[in-house]
Amino acid sequence: MATMTLIQAINKALDEEMARDDRVVVFGEDVGKRGGVFLATEGLQQKYGPERVIDTPLSEAAIIGAAVGMAAHGMRPVAEIQFADYVFPGFDQLVSQAAKLRYRSGGQFTAPMVVRMPTGGGVKGGHHHSQSPEAHFAHTGGLKVVVVSTPYDTKGLLKSAVRDDDPVVFMEPKRLYRAIKEEVPEDDYLIPIGKAAIRREGRDITLISYGGSMVETLKAAEEMATAGIQAEVIDLRSVLPWDKDTVLNSVARTGRVLMISEAPRMASVASEVTATISEELFDQLLAPPVRVSGFDTPYPYAQDKLYMPTVTRILNAAKRVLDY
Amino acid sequence: MDTVRYLDDDGKPLRDIPLSEEELLAGYRALRRARHFDERALVLQRQGRLGVYPPFRGQEAAQVGVALCLEPSRDWLLPSYRETAAAITFGMPLSKLILSWRADPAGWGAPPEVNMVQFYIPIATQVPQAAGVAHALRLQGKDAVAAVFIGDGGTSEGDFHEGLNFASVFDAPLLVVVQNNGWAISVPTQKQMKVQRIALKAQGYGIPGVTVDGNDLVAVWTVARKAAARARAGEGPTLIEALTYRVAPHTSSDDPGRYRTEDEAEAWKKRDPIDRMRGCLLHLGLWDEEKERALSEELEAEFVAAVEEADKASEPRPWEIVEQVYAEMQPDQQAAWNYLHGGEA
Ligand SMILES: Cc1ncc(C[n+]2csc(CCOP(=O)(O)OP(=O)(O)O)c2C)c(N)n1
Repeated sequence: MATMTLIQAINKALDEEMARDDRVVVFGEDVGKRGGVFLATEGLQQKYGPERVIDTPLSEAAIIGAAVGMAAHGMRPVAEIQFADYVFPGFDQLVSQAAKLRYRSGGQFTAPMVVRMPTGGGVKGGHHHSQSPEAHFAHTGGLKVVVVSTPYDTKGLLKSAVRDDDPVVFMEPKRLYRAIKEEVPEDDYLIPIGKAAIRREGRDITLISYGGSMVETLKAAEEMATAGIQAEVIDLRSVLPWDKDTVLNSVARTGRVLMISEAPRMASVASEVTATISEELFDQLLAPPVRVSGFDTPYPYAQDKLYMPTVTRILNAAKRVLDY
Repeated sequence: MDTVRYLDDDGKPLRDIPLSEEELLAGYRALRRARHFDERALVLQRQGRLGVYPPFRGQEAAQVGVALCLEPSRDWLLPSYRETAAAITFGMPLSKLILSWRADPAGWGAPPEVNMVQFYIPIATQVPQAAGVAHALRLQGKDAVAAVFIGDGGTSEGDFHEGLNFASVFDAPLLVVVQNNGWAISVPTQKQMKVQRIALKAQGYGIPGVTVDGNDLVAVWTVARKAAARARAGEGPTLIEALTYRVAPHTSSDDPGRYRTEDEAEAWKKRDPIDRMRGCLLHLGLWDEEKERALSEELEAEFVAAVEEADKASEPRPWEIVEQVYAEMQPDQQAAWNYLHGGEA
């Protein structure tokens, strides 16, 4: 088994899917010769040629729109948007078109496509290279939205996304690209979209997170353990659909819940999850669900460390939930 | 389609130069000032005293020539991240620009006498906005123009087309300057579009399109001046394609070795806009080594003072994150503000 970073797992998943199915094509800005600005597609053009690993003109609307067309026409496009912040020129194609093609064609056409994008902060990117726009997509029935946090999951989830019959937005926290290494099997394994992972078992409180914030969430859980508090940690892995069963089962046992995400708070995934918990488990809760999130502001360059949920912020919020 | 040129590759005039001696000297000085900033900024970047920096080496004339025919307190400039040279010439204080490339909010916003909008990072978004600025200038009856810059890659975005169409329909007083520097990160212009000349795209909007040698300051200045006069006369926008070359990496984080060989860049270095302009001045007997040395000293002193000034800026305070989101703070921002002042998150 090879040890891999998250970015290597992406590369491996794409490589394997391209080898398995020649309908799979990879395209986007700078993905070919350069191998992408983060090198997610490094070496793929050399291996599969410029017809299957395509440097496109600089247009997100054309990239996503063309992906919809190619997908409807029997291909399996995997488009890269250079940064999640730059998906917006292609937002219409994704939200109004890809998401609705099946519905508006009476099921005649579908858009089995993947739109990959580096997301989130923590790399000193400022307001145009750090946003976490998953809630925009989670608000759109017809899309699936995955946010990865480990190399192992990344390979299995990306392969599932490529094989999915609906459009999948695949979000990759860029600060994790090279931050974690773990063993990733060589074989062809899939991780189902919509299934959360329990990263740590515990009975005192449930910590729910996904994507980049998983790092701080797990660290906080470790610190809590040294103080004798056993936190259960759930990684949602996909935010549309999200794994209600796993979440509700856990919170029904612990009675206390904290949801952590670096995205802005208003109308966020964290809001949806905590609202669902309140609705479904109101009488079993020992404390109100609490969110630790980014702020409802542009992502600040200089105050990067303050904006993102830090271990201290998570611990402080957890204390409030535990002391309630 | 011909490329407008006034200087040969060595700077020797190819025809009568429609600029005064003072203008030529001011133009050379502006080029050198921009180059000096770029070179020193890269050093600061390597020392960790700037953030990611997009160098403009080799593209000075394409920017300076346009900025020189604008009046900063009357006209408007909407630059992309590539146009620090245009910003410098347009009157942005160097200390502000240093702070800006430190991504320090203290560097954002221009002094009241400089009508520049902060550098645009999301590609092509500046074009429809520039159409709006120009349209507003016209509606308000102002005798002013707007100039917007974009790269060759940026012309592929919908916003480029939509902004140009809007501006042309309303005869907005706008200069749309495309710096065709051969590359959009790793994608060469030939793979970005089928058309051979970006200026030809102007035909689609019923406006004039001009291709100019972007490394020839006299040519850029002359073409831009004409386009500005046309805009001021109410005749609408002009699309200017400045042919130039990105001899440096895309940004300080880029490694061009991954996608290009440097022979093309080497060839373009022989057409360096500053060497050419110096060649022109020498040819006309307007320049000598003594003047060159004095200018270098002056520019270095100016840069050092600008860095000192920038270094005085205090660390941004935590709650500044929320202070410029709305005119009046709204509840969600207030909650964040309270937290950043020591309250609960
Ligand atoms: C909407 C959008 N998509 C993608 C990017 C990422 N990006 C930054 S610069 C760049 C290439 C721009 O090339 P060009 O327009 O030719 O300008 P140059 O950098 O050469 O000056 C890309 C793709 C972005 N900033 N905005």
